[in-house]
Parts: sequence; C-alpha cells; structure tokens
Amino acid sequence: MSFTGINWFKYSSPQAFHPLAGRMIPWFSAAALVLIGVGLYIGFFVAPTDFQQGDAYRIIFVHVPAAWMSMFLYVIMAAWAGLGLGLNARPSFMMAQAIAPTGAMFTFLALLTGSMWGKPTWGAWWVWDARLTSELILLFQYIGIILLRASIDDLRRADRASAVFALVGVVNVPIIYFSVRWWNTLHQGASVSMTASPKMAATMVTAMLVMTLGFWMYSIAVTLARMRCVIVERERQPAWGKNASIQEVAEAR
Amino acid sequence: MQWGSLTEFWAMGGYGLYVWTSFGASALCMVWEVLAVWRRHAAAASRDVS
Repeated sequence: MSFTGINWFKYSSPQAFHPLAGRMIPWFSAAALVLIGVGLYIGFFVAPTDFQQGDAYRIIFVHVPAAWMSMFLYVIMAAWAGLGLGLNARPSFMMAQAIAPTGAMFTFLALLTGSMWGKPTWGAWWVWDARLTSELILLFQYIGIILLRASIDDLRRADRASAVFALVGVVNVPIIYFSVRWWNTLHQGASVSMTASPKMAATMVTAMLVMTLGFWMYSIAVTLARMRCVIVERERQPAWGKNASIQEVAEAR
Repeated sequence: MQWGSLTEFWAMGGYGLYVWTSFGASALCMVWEVLAVWRRHAAAASRDVS
C-alpha cells in the first residue's frame, strides 16, 4: 500500500475510521441528493409514457433501484461478515452490522413498491411467485440477522453468529436474481442485461440507472453514519477502558 | 414534457395513487432512516461512561 503514500491499514482501526467517515458522509450525501434529484427529473419529465402500462410503469424508477440495492447490500454485508470471520476483524463485523438495517429497508421498499405496481398491472397486490417469494425471504433474512445479533449479549458471539447467518443466506441472492429465468413467473424478466440491448427507451434506462446510483450513494452515506454510531456505542463498553476488571467486562456484555 | 397541467401530473394517467404511494413511502423511509441514525449517534455520543 506504500505506493499511494497512504497507510490504508490505519483506517481499519475504529478510532481512525470514525473521523474519516465523518468527513466522507457529506460528500456521499450530496452525491445522493443530486443523483436522486436528476433521476426523478428524468423519470417524471423526460421519460415518455409507456405504451402498454401507461404511467404506472414510472414505479420502476424506485422499484428496480430498491430491489437491486436490497440484493447488492446483502452481498456486501455477507462479504464483510466473511472477512470478519476469516480475519477475526472486529471492524468488518461492525460494517456488516451497519449495513443490515439499510438492506432491510430497501428490501421492504422493493416489496412495497412492487405491490403498488402489481395491483394496476397484474390485478393483484401479491402473488406467490418465485421472484416475490424469494425477495420476501430476503427480508426475513435481514430481520433474522438483526434480531440474532440483538439477542446475543456477548458481542463476539453476536458478531460471529450473525456473520454465519449472513454467509449461509447469500445463496438466496442468485435465486432471487435468476428466479425470473429459472421459473415461469408472473414477474417480468430483466429490463436491463449486460448481454442484450435494453428493452426500454434510453431515457427510461438512464433514469433508472441514475436513481440506482443515487440510492447507492445514499446507502454508503447512511451506512458510514451508522458505522460511526456502532463505533461510539462499542467504545462506551467498559471493556474498552484501560482498567476494566473482569467483573465489569462481564457486566457490559 | 408530457404533462399539460399540474392536475394531469398528479393524476399520472389514472395511476396516481400507486405511483405516489411508492415514491412517498420510499421518501418517508429514507428520511426516517437518516433521522433515526442521526438520533442514535447523538444518543451514543452524549452517553457517559458509567
């Protein structure tokens, strides 16, 4: 890492990461606001009305970014959890802990906006379709990881247990992603793919991608902010103090 | 721009309820999350080591 002139490992310590995160949050927040603003403008004022679905299709500009983030954040959370298990690194577990609530929120939003889109286009708020069911399971996984952590008093055990849960559950992400291909689902297929040209107008794709980028920046900002909370909360544990007795450590955990 | 008036914009071609519920709920959740994290940090930072 010396070729950059910066000791990156310095920031793997919570005490050094806390102020760095504080300096980064305003930039990611500003990027999120600008991108979401531009995305909404293109989505509502530039993108044309869909010839099949009318204006109901505009839900795509929040539904697809939320669904992508729900899967993406899960993979990132599981990666941090795995890194934490492999290196026995406390900050990695803290990152996983900081990501979970945001991932859960985007999963909930993907389901809610999907139901808002399903009613006018399919005539049903909910169907037990492979895509919808696997996404619902993802929400339960997020909730399970958060509750599992909260239910274990010993921080190290809580870190490891929720990390194992997160890692095992990552198998659901490809199932969600490929569900529309593997099974005959009511849910429409992928709107954008790496191999084929998009099935929508260019302005629609642009709005969707800009919104996704905005949600991504939002996720980074809010995760960093939550990471700072976690750092401060854990620092407050007497175990971090210099002269904590075994009794005090036991009481804190 | 395909909207003739503000009313037309709110109506969203008859799908206004679904479209605005989706965007409204998303905005609410995100603003709520930011405020929750904000308050959590304030609470964590102000708590004394007992």
